[in-house]
Amino acid sequence: MAADGNMKPAKKLSLKENYAMLTRGLDWEPTYQKKEDIFRMIDFEGIKIHDWDKWEDPFRLTMDAYWKYQGEKERKLYAIIDAFQQGNGQFNVTDARYLQALKIFLTGIVELEYASHRGFCMLGREFPGAGPRIAAQMQSIDELRHCTTQIHAISHYSKYFEGMANFPEQFDRVWYLSIPKSFFEDACTSGPFEFIVAISFAFEYVLTNLAFMPWMSGAAFNGDMSTVSFGFSAQSDEARHMTLGIEVIKFLLEQDPANVALVQKWIDKWFWRGYRLLALLATMMDYVLPKRVMSWGEAWTIYYEENGGALFADLARYGIKPPKYADVTIKEKGRVSHEMWSVFYANRDAVNFSTWLPSEEEMAWFSEKYPDTFDKYYRPRFEHWRQLEKEGKPFTCKCLPQLCQVCQWPCLYTEPDDATEFLHRETEYKGETFHFCSDGCKDIFADEPEKYVHAWLPVNQIYQGNCFLPGVDPTAPDFNPLVEALKYMGLKPGVDGGLLKDSIDAQRWEQWTSRPANIHEGAYTDFVRKTTNG
Amino acid sequence: MATTSTQPVFIAFQDNNDTRPIIDAIMADNPNAKLNEMPALVKIDCPGRLVVRRDTISELAGREFDLREIYINLISLAGEVDETDEEFVLEWKTS
Ligand SMILES: [Fe+2]
Ligand SMILES: [Fe+2]
Ligand SMILES: [Zn+2]
Repeated sequence: MAADGNMKPAKKLSLKENYAMLTRGLDWEPTYQKKEDIFRMIDFEGIKIHDWDKWEDPFRLTMDAYWKYQGEKERKLYAIIDAFQQGNGQFNVTDARYLQALKIFLTGIVELEYASHRGFCMLGREFPGAGPRIAAQMQSIDELRHCTTQIHAISHYSKYFEGMANFPEQFDRVWYLSIPKSFFEDACTSGPFEFIVAISFAFEYVLTNLAFMPWMSGAAFNGDMSTVSFGFSAQSDEARHMTLGIEVIKFLLEQDPANVALVQKWIDKWFWRGYRLLALLATMMDYVLPKRVMSWGEAWTIYYEENGGALFADLARYGIKPPKYADVTIKEKGRVSHEMWSVFYANRDAVNFSTWLPSEEEMAWFSEKYPDTFDKYYRPRFEHWRQLEKEGKPFTCKCLPQLCQVCQWPCLYTEPDDATEFLHRETEYKGETFHFCSDGCKDIFADEPEKYVHAWLPVNQIYQGNCFLPGVDPTAPDFNPLVEALKYMGLKPGVDGGLLKDSIDAQRWEQWTSRPANIHEGAYTDFVRKTTNG
Repeated sequence: MATTSTQPVFIAFQDNNDTRPIIDAIMADNPNAKLNEMPALVKIDCPGRLVVRRDTISELAGREFDLREIYINLISLAGEVDETDEEFVLEWKTS
């Protein structure tokens, strides 16, 4: 083009035009390779796509805007993390119980960000349409950002407190962490369409608000500005990921009526898988956060029953029904956190965080928040266990629990219609018996038994003597599989797990802050009494 | 084309100085919106449809606002999204 001093600058493209150039104009049709050789994973699940160009991403994020706004989010986040660290923020959280929540977050959630990054890398390669491929690539970069910023922010706590340094090893080996680990491995070993329905829709759209809204708000309420900042920074990407989730569903349902049944099956499966995973969060919200913003039961009412209800009312026009067993989640909402905290308390020597019994104040709060269940089913149990602690013989579980073949939780939930009866389902497959925590998990197994017979269940592996470090001789006369399994999991007695009052975290917390490690129990050590009694 | 749905849509932001004009603009432009405050975050619920308008935010912020700046402090949302240079709309289509 000839130089022309009078040339008007090109008209700025509208957002829609700009996005169309990125997702339509830049893609090309292959000429010397067959399309099916390039995108090899796209057919085997049975989803039918007739026109990838019908894909509409409502966020229409273009590259320039992506880098600009992501950069700005990082600057904001690091300004807060710096201020938090310079101000000794690790000592300004409510008490040492809050640190235990961070350990669960670091091992149970941060690693899932990385797993999600891997999953979206695969989608960014496998989808034939340029729009969804770009959305998946951006999301894969987002998820890596979430993982790294979360590790980086929590690493500051690890300079002062124990039990966080070996989180990748623990994620791979600590028995209950196979719940989150197997969840994402199940998704990543599915086909691309199942993965995106599982993660973008069922998990991110329907369920993650519970993790990043009430829980993160709770982190702020407990004084952890660092965690709430990385949480909200991650969640600001989540709004885009969630929108991807709902677009995917609409796109699949509009492309071919034959897709409806498959999508419904995946929604049913992954809603239940995700809900069981969130039992970990329910426990953190109700029991591990020292100060609470709302109860798990209230959060489930708002985020699933009200907001999820609106979503499924909208999807009804496509023939999609609310997830199977959604009614069970509502029946269980007054029970899961109490039942699973009991599991952790009873197995506290084999987990990577320490535990305690709810105080009088906390039990009063539970009675108010859970009027139909807490006093009737759980208060007597906790009062009994408190009495045993007083007598110096705290209750512990002497054997490891039976795990569910699908979700890998202990089979210690209760019957949907009877909270006094443990829920246990089993099935025979090729001459072997498999156990389940629920009808939801049993159905998932029944649909794909060949996948789930391969599940690596930590408890079964421990009892088979497969969980011990190199050099240990399982045939030695004094071989103890449970002791060896703790070493294998990277758990040290007195450092990881156990009762909070005996833990090194509690001792150091009181020594360094002169405040009680558990605000409801008074001081555990002399460090606090010395200053408070003058 | 107004939706007939009264199912709740929502948008949630960090509670900070950057989001004050955004939140005020949303409350001004959506008479049925309800503000729910929690520690560190604000959740705005609205039956059926909620609109975020660039003009109103620019007016309240006292500068030209690029609607995509909302991403920086956005926490979550519910509803189908439609975004243009001027408006960011959340809507449920059916009741
Ligand atoms: Fe993430
Ligand atoms: Fe995400
Ligand atoms: Zn299960």
